[in-house]
Amino acid sequence: MAASAAARTSIGLTLRFHRVIPDCSKCPLYRLKSCTSNRANPQRRSSFNSFRTMNRHLQTSKCLSQAQEGSSNSEDPDDVVNVVFIDRSGKRIPVKGKTGDNVLFLAHKHGIELEGACEASLACSTCHVYVSAAHFDKLPEPEEREDDMLDMAPMLQENSRLACQIVLTPDLDGIELTLPKVTRNFYVDGHVPKPH
Amino acid sequence: FSHLSFAVCGKAFLSSGSPKVCIVGSGPAGFYTAQHLLKAHQNVQVDVYERLPVPFGLVRFGVAPDHPEVKNVINTFTQTAKHPRCSFYGNVNVGEDVSVDELQEAYHAIVLSYGAEGNRSVGVPGEDLPGVYSAKDFVGWYNGLPSCQELRPDLSCETAVILGQGNVALDVARILLSPLDALKKTDITQPALEALAQSRVCRVLIVGRRGPMQVASTIKELREMVNLPGTRPEMVAADFDGVAEALKDLPRPRKRLTELMLKTALEMPTEKEQERRKKASRIWGFRFFRSPVEILAEPGCNRVAGVRLAVNKLEGSGEKAQAVLTGEVEDVPCGLVISSIGYRSLPIDPTVPFDSRRAIVPNSMGRVHNAAGLYCSGWLKTGPTGVIATTMNSSFDTARSLLEDVESGKLDVSSAKPGSHMISSLLEKRGVKPVTFSDWEKIDDLETRRGEVSGKPREKILTVAAMLKVAQT
Repeated sequence: MAASAAARTSIGLTLRFHRVIPDCSKCPLYRLKSCTSNRANPQRRSSFNSFRTMNRHLQTSKCLSQAQEGSSNSEDPDDVVNVVFIDRSGKRIPVKGKTGDNVLFLAHKHGIELEGACEASLACSTCHVYVSAAHFDKLPEPEEREDDMLDMAPMLQENSRLACQIVLTPDLDGIELTLPKVTRNFYVDGHVPKPH
Repeated sequence: FSHLSFAVCGKAFLSSGSPKVCIVGSGPAGFYTAQHLLKAHQNVQVDVYERLPVPFGLVRFGVAPDHPEVKNVINTFTQTAKHPRCSFYGNVNVGEDVSVDELQEAYHAIVLSYGAEGNRSVGVPGEDLPGVYSAKDFVGWYNGLPSCQELRPDLSCETAVILGQGNVALDVARILLSPLDALKKTDITQPALEALAQSRVCRVLIVGRRGPMQVASTIKELREMVNLPGTRPEMVAADFDGVAEALKDLPRPRKRLTELMLKTALEMPTEKEQERRKKASRIWGFRFFRSPVEILAEPGCNRVAGVRLAVNKLEGSGEKAQAVLTGEVEDVPCGLVISSIGYRSLPIDPTVPFDSRRAIVPNSMGRVHNAAGLYCSGWLKTGPTGVIATTMNSSFDTARSLLEDVESGKLDVSSAKPGSHMISSLLEKRGVKPVTFSDWEKIDDLETRRGEVSGKPREKILTVAAMLKVAQT
């Protein structure tokens, strides 16, 4: 979906589905309970009309500026964390993130094909990625809930993590995140890999 | 890629044409297939047909009310439904209101993703006694599925036996034993909440044919049972003989799950946990190595009074272990039996190939055998197991197969097809009025507003007639 959103933006088509309202559950400030925005009840996921009125109050909040598509916020070079996504076809996609960025959201911003069905609430395993060996140990230990959901991911490896739980810090500069090849189509001989 | 030609008239000047695809079923399989098709092909038009007036399938009617985060995926599906090249047609029964043949005339390809609405039968005498329900129907009841609203399960007994040890069995156990306060803030239906408020069920046994290392449930759901306020576990220690020794060879997911079970069943609880258990008024437990052979009634009384269980032993180990009868039986008194042994797909139309042994549509990578232009995704394709992530991958696979076929010419999209125009006029002639996505949003809006009154995410509308009234007036 993110890819098509980016494509539609570039062609200048309607922004009907363009999410200008940030999803708070993805914002590190919200997750760290540091968000000062007085956004309404996050449980309520209703029509676009209520989204539009809420937008007015968020113009200056940091979480909105991080959420807006196309704003790279690369004014402060010290903040930049270089990330490489490796998609399911093996293509390397280098991306500039910032300290504090949630990696799943960063992926969506750049049209990487990484799903986030439960929207970063640790209720699915669709954002499963493999973390480069050099950076894996730099990540904080997964909480039990993440490990529980990782157990459900096909092709689990030692360096598996859920992207929605990875928040960028300066020492993760150069981190490479590989999307697992989870589909049958990839194996020409019909081989189905067993989960680890 | 010509932006200009696309913007000018919307017709494709590309070799891959303007394919029109119809998807039958609007649950995760249908929507994830649609999502992938729309993203990967700039001209494909996708029409999603759904029998009920409301979309989302098991996300709405299967996922437990106390798992709202799992339902977040509805936002993704809503974005797909609102895509300019996607249309939703609810209240259309494919197989009755319109045939698959007619859909094939109208569309270049059809993707069947209507899931599994049937039950697997336990196959024992007494299965039809009052007080015996399938988990599918019980879950449908508390989740507001219109066809299950007349279930009115009798919850006046103390002990309930659930046959099967998958996540659905654990969901049912958890809903039966959850403190009412926890359920009050969920989207569980009002009638179910009222029934549970009167429920006297305080002991739930979750019975499986094989052992602890073969349970089909997963750790998240098990942890929820272990941590369920007001409850304590009751297991049979002997069921766990040999399990600790086998742990080290298990793959990680199975290992963590088994460790948690072992800890719950055998470990001496901390003082704090002992206190908590003493105060707990509700009990749950696994019973292993037991197969139901008969569901019993009191003589002269036409209701379930117990289950006769045959004792098994295991031959082999790991996932492939088989349960073998030993000849022993034991009777467990209970007043409620819920069979949670799996869903089952049903054939939709005589022209569509169907494997009744496996209860799926025979296919290779989503391409239906011996049926050009027919594809399938989700549980109909692979059988009724798997969570949303599993279905997502399976649906993406089917979409890829379809797109490959367009690319290679195996699926001929060179001649224009009438698509929804043809189907809409057929439906009109037959007096069927489809529910559009914005019609659904009226239902969604009303349910959400009604829910606000009682602090629930929504108060579901429970009959098709009421849904249509909101949607179409």
